[in-house]
Amino acid sequence: MTSPVITVEHGVVGYDGRPVLRDISLTVNAGEVVAILGANGSGKSTLIRAVLGLVPISAGSVTLFDRPLRRFRQWARIGYVPQRLGAGGGVPATVREVVASGRLARRGILRPPGRSDRSAVDEALRAVGLADRAGDPVSTLSGGQQQRTLIARALAGRPELLVLDEPTAGVDAASQEAFADALRDFVTHGGTVLLVAHELGPLRPVISRAVVVHEGRIAHDGAVPDPAGHHAEPDHDHVHPHCYDEPAGLWSN
Amino acid sequence: MELFQYPYMQRALIGALVIGLAAPALGIYLVQRRLALIGDGVGHVALTGVGAGLLLNRSPVLVAVIAATIGAIAIEIVRARGRTSGDLALALLFYGGIAGGVLLVGLSDATSANLNAYLFGSLTTISPADLTTIAVLGAAILVTMIALRPALFAVSHDEEYARVSGLPVRTLNLLIAVATAVTVTIAMRAVGVLLISALMVVPVATAQQVTRGFRSTMAAAMALGLFAAGSGVWVAATADTAPGASVVLVAIASFLVVAVASAVWRVLRRRATPTAAPTPEPHEVVLS
Repeated sequence: MTSPVITVEHGVVGYDGRPVLRDISLTVNAGEVVAILGANGSGKSTLIRAVLGLVPISAGSVTLFDRPLRRFRQWARIGYVPQRLGAGGGVPATVREVVASGRLARRGILRPPGRSDRSAVDEALRAVGLADRAGDPVSTLSGGQQQRTLIARALAGRPELLVLDEPTAGVDAASQEAFADALRDFVTHGGTVLLVAHELGPLRPVISRAVVVHEGRIAHDGAVPDPAGHHAEPDHDHVHPHCYDEPAGLWSN
Repeated sequence: MELFQYPYMQRALIGALVIGLAAPALGIYLVQRRLALIGDGVGHVALTGVGAGLLLNRSPVLVAVIAATIGAIAIEIVRARGRTSGDLALALLFYGGIAGGVLLVGLSDATSANLNAYLFGSLTTISPADLTTIAVLGAAILVTMIALRPALFAVSHDEEYARVSGLPVRTLNLLIAVATAVTVTIAMRAVGVLLISALMVVPVATAQQVTRGFRSTMAAAMALGLFAAGSGVWVAATADTAPGASVVLVAIASFLVVAVASAVWRVLRRRATPTAAPTPEPHEVVLS
């Protein structure tokens, strides 16, 4: 159970010369559920995008399943859940059609879908509690249900590693619970999880390790830290009426 | 109806039907990736190819395919880079394409009637060799767009996810770019460079008002394209109107009919079944 699934060594990422991640080293082993925490703009989303090769690293190395990222080809072993569904050009797509995309990594682009593809899609839809919405256009779903659709898409490929970008941000309570259940189920069957979160909420019991990113560096790696300051008060409602971390711009006061 | 006994009218009809079927099959991917107007841009570039072909005494359509392909790939590269100046780069390509075309046609011995045939289409002058080209290329587009639908859907719907799925995203994007260039060039004979985008986009826009899924939208758009092409040519033959313009106007009329009908249907359904107001979730903050 200790074989590393993700290894980042001295990773550096910059956008237009501005460093976002400086010297990040991180290892995720099989069976772990690792949460990357941090404030807005700390670079936590950039970290998982770099792990998946969606943003290039300018120094250091990323290894997936014992292979350097550059030579990694077994993408079916990874299920990626982006922050939200792109709006697209308005062409309707059903929930089932979106979830079926999750089978492509396993099937390849030339083979038509078969029975095993259909049953995997059915199973993924059940796992997130959307089996009854399979034929509905995704645009008619709530934000939380759309997020569950994306999780089902990742699960449909039967991955060994799930990588999720803020899966619970702006998601209703019912969807958060459904998501926590699906994740628990995935982990019980031996899956590994790397997720980015702003706050953990109902996910907290599932997390085995927390990594806190601060100003592009890892500030903490270990047990899930307790919330600080007024966040720790028992009746604290975690809301952000104003987001102080947003860069000053046209719309800020 | 007796007009369709003439071989040139039969060729016009078959050519229009092939394009009516193939253009929306490609167009749905363009609409989904918000590139509805790319057909116009590629058409402008294709016009430079037509001009060069006329000037060099080579087949204008063949040179146009080459020019359009280069233009479509250039647009795809600009798009993939995602730079903010992409918009301007596209504008330069569009206007450069049409200005180059007009200039080159002017330098050649061709008349303005020749230019018009490419700008607005000239279905009735399709030769048997032209028809073969249209049929072969149209069938190739159709087969590719349908056979690769899951992959092309994935890459048009969520490009980053497609990349993490290990799909050959760059190859698929270039495939769509090249398919756009080929479709534009064969449709050029039917509806002209200025009206090509209409056949790629309008049937899709019509279909998606009433469909719920991607596959059903694609099927409905292809049926609508076929209908617009067939009835457009028939209108042109009976009323002696320009075929390209007739096809496009039938497509737009279908759009309006479906838009009004679906709006009326929605209103009627809402009256018939008054739905209860959705119960909101409890407030997450204490409102004082």
